[in-house]
Amino acid sequence: MSNKIATAGNMGKKVRSDCFVTLELKDSGGISIEQKSKVQVMYGESNKKLCEDILSFFKIKNAQLTIEDSGALPLVIAARIEAAVKELIDTDKEYLFDIIEENKYTSEKEQFRFSRLYLPGNTPSMMLNAGIHEPNGIILDLEDSVAFNKKKEAQLLVRNALRGINFYGAERMVRINQFPKGLEDIKYLIPHNVHMLLVPKCEGADQIKQLEAKIDELKKQHNVERPIYLMPIIESALGVEKAFEIATASENVVAMAIGLEDYTADLGARRTNEAVESFYARTRMVNACKAARIQAIDSVFSDVGDMDALRENVKTSKGLGFEGMGCIHPRQIKVIHESFAPEAAEIEKAKKIVNAFIDATEKGLGVVSLGTKMIDPPVVKRAEKTINLAISLGLISENWREEFLHEQAG
Amino acid sequence: MSKLVKNAVGRMVPTEINGKEVIPFKGIGKHRPSGRKYAPPIPTVIDYPEDGNKVIGSLKEALQKCGLKDGMTISTHHHLRNGDLVSNTIFDTAAELGVKDLVWFPSASFPCNEPIIKHLESGVVNRIEGSMNGPLGRFVSQGKMKGTAVLRSHGGRVQAIQDGEVQIDIAILAAPSSDAFGNGNALNGPSACGVLGYATADFRYADKVIVVTDNLVDFPNMPMEIEGNYVDYVVVVDKIGIPEKIVSGTTQITKSPDRLLIAELTARFLQESEILKDGCYMQAGAGGTSLAIGHYVHQILKEKGWKSKLGFGGSTKYMVQMLEEGTMEHIMDAQAFDLDAVASIDKNKNHHQYPVFNAYNYHSKGNLTSMMDIMILGATEVDVNFNGNVVTHSDGYLLHGIGGWQNCLHAKNVILPIPLFRDRIPVIKDEVTTICGPGEMIDIIVTERGIAINPKRKDLIEKMKDSKLPIKTIEELKAEAEAICGPSQKPQLSDEIVAAIKWVDGTVIDVVRKVVD
Repeated sequence: MSNKIATAGNMGKKVRSDCFVTLELKDSGGISIEQKSKVQVMYGESNKKLCEDILSFFKIKNAQLTIEDSGALPLVIAARIEAAVKELIDTDKEYLFDIIEENKYTSEKEQFRFSRLYLPGNTPSMMLNAGIHEPNGIILDLEDSVAFNKKKEAQLLVRNALRGINFYGAERMVRINQFPKGLEDIKYLIPHNVHMLLVPKCEGADQIKQLEAKIDELKKQHNVERPIYLMPIIESALGVEKAFEIATASENVVAMAIGLEDYTADLGARRTNEAVESFYARTRMVNACKAARIQAIDSVFSDVGDMDALRENVKTSKGLGFEGMGCIHPRQIKVIHESFAPEAAEIEKAKKIVNAFIDATEKGLGVVSLGTKMIDPPVVKRAEKTINLAISLGLISENWREEFLHEQAG
Repeated sequence: MSKLVKNAVGRMVPTEINGKEVIPFKGIGKHRPSGRKYAPPIPTVIDYPEDGNKVIGSLKEALQKCGLKDGMTISTHHHLRNGDLVSNTIFDTAAELGVKDLVWFPSASFPCNEPIIKHLESGVVNRIEGSMNGPLGRFVSQGKMKGTAVLRSHGGRVQAIQDGEVQIDIAILAAPSSDAFGNGNALNGPSACGVLGYATADFRYADKVIVVTDNLVDFPNMPMEIEGNYVDYVVVVDKIGIPEKIVSGTTQITKSPDRLLIAELTARFLQESEILKDGCYMQAGAGGTSLAIGHYVHQILKEKGWKSKLGFGGSTKYMVQMLEEGTMEHIMDAQAFDLDAVASIDKNKNHHQYPVFNAYNYHSKGNLTSMMDIMILGATEVDVNFNGNVVTHSDGYLLHGIGGWQNCLHAKNVILPIPLFRDRIPVIKDEVTTICGPGEMIDIIVTERGIAINPKRKDLIEKMKDSKLPIKTIEELKAEAEAICGPSQKPQLSDEIVAAIKWVDGTVIDVVRKVVD
């Protein structure tokens, strides 16, 4: 072995909830663990035990391990140590904590995807409280927000986060790296209840197909039965041209997003607030999505301080047919939800459909109809979601049906 | 060491501190004082210049003329905050004069007071009775201070002075402006800080009073917040403070999404519970989360066309904005946190200077804070019995003062908006490291993961039973934090007592013990 020292993690004045580990393998002398921790008094003992356990798991008998800890949770410390170990030792073993009960939920094809919050994949402090802001989805990002030399440790951190961090019901998404590098990411994701993969800079159906093949292989290997959904991101002129092909590449492609930073760069145009330069791309993409019966998702709005401009932006976006948008700051979530919220007419229609469905169920009818029109189950489902969303946004009360029936009668 | 007894919150406390007898905490409203207030010696104008000019050559000369000697108690005030240049100079001068065993009685200390450590080490200063943070707190926690520290609230400090529990030999008042007679205020001059609320009790009760200013103005210096009739000497120096460290040029609403969420939950709770109402009295601090709560409350009041009758300072530009936009009728202020607030005192007639800290005094004829509807406070820890800690961290180190915290607990609705954990340090414990406030006085804890209502507030629990807000029990919140952070060890503490925590009535509610490293 030529290189016997490895490091992983982050340190510095602004770093929180993370640690920086330095591992040096030795020929003799046993295990020596040194901790510099701001929570030493409270967690010094348990952290030491964790370190010993991980080293013994990887059959390391002689080493010096130094941890500079800024309040990292065990799942973070473990990811960092494992990353350092894997720099030095070739092994397929994985040091895993049990997946917490709260993380065992699944997601559905049809669910609302108004907001998805990007979380840099190597920054634990941003992951811990992401779920409390109630985005529809969280995205653990392995791509642009992770430095090139940190890609491997981010894979392990994201894996541990998927198992151990409670995202409070948000759809669990990961943005993998650009094809074909992203193919290496997914073995850290598929066995850990990832719901959806975001496929950046997607430029053709073949990429989706190759990715699917790899996913299927892993699913089989790990007995994963539920579908892993895909959201390709169109970020180039070629991607835009191939939008429909990508949207229909697999039944697991349930939504498609556009990334305007890279797209405008590819065009050689400047990205403006009015977004005239990307008008074609956006409408073309929306059309492809609608033709493929999947959700069209808009790019992020990068001025996190300007909520009014964001609100305007979402309105335009909704007007073009988009059904969701990326967020880079938790404060954007509420604005996005409010702006994508169903309008009064939409809610009224949903009330009628759901009411008809309840009626039919009560009467034991297999078919739901509204007037002379038959209603398909997905439409009912969607209407139910509209109602639930309207309730959660406080637009209608939980007892809406009583009021609805009352109005009908009156 | 004196014997230890168990006080009314179950903590073992001594009956004697620094050689003086003390009373263990008996419960809220249980201790009744007796006797008469303390009084300083009677002065006579015979000893003071007829032309009213009390200016003297130097601080050293003033201290000598005040008869500075071993064992004296010296009081100072923290209105110059981290820009204070006077306090350290006093003890440097005392060291030069070879004086020992002084008691420093500041209204609070700041990181800029770190140089006092060398005087604690050399024996010039025996102990600090007052808040201490940062390096001083660490020094005390490690058991390095000769005497035992005594921590009091702002109101408790006034009570201790008034009752003669602390007898100030020399009060030294840094004044942003003063005339030669000693009339001082904080409205003008390079170190203008708005108000001098901490100092009033001191100049009234101290044996000797020295005003130190860098801005000597003509008589009469109006308004006279420091009344020259109480002043012995006026010392003029080049600089009493570093302006940019005195008032934060501007206070800022938090940008942290998690804290904003806590603030929003707090405001929604206040609205739904109808604690927030037209004409309510409110107080919130200058921390980022408190400011955000103020901002949301301002929005709600505006929407409803309501108005808060009264806001208690420390004031900030956000409070001033409420005053100017008509959602607050009066500000009563003992300290100004930013430049906009300083300017407002001069500009707005309903922005009143008011020695709030005297009004916090529990041994007086009415408690101002018990009139407040909304009281937003912080804490380093709370426990499942709602007891609160503001002075020590979970590692046992003494790192904050009490400030007005204990006094403010008397409000009708005490709300603590706090994160459930900070960098893996859970805030809700089985037992707080140090009890600064009994749980029966803390009503609501708002965290980013849920809101706990004190079980004794049956009215609030009933009112909020159908709320969509995440109302949980405090045990549930604690379990949630523990599930995330993991079980923690307790700090190792020795038996040695390094500090006593006084309750607002002068009794001892808890002690701080030396940390074993």
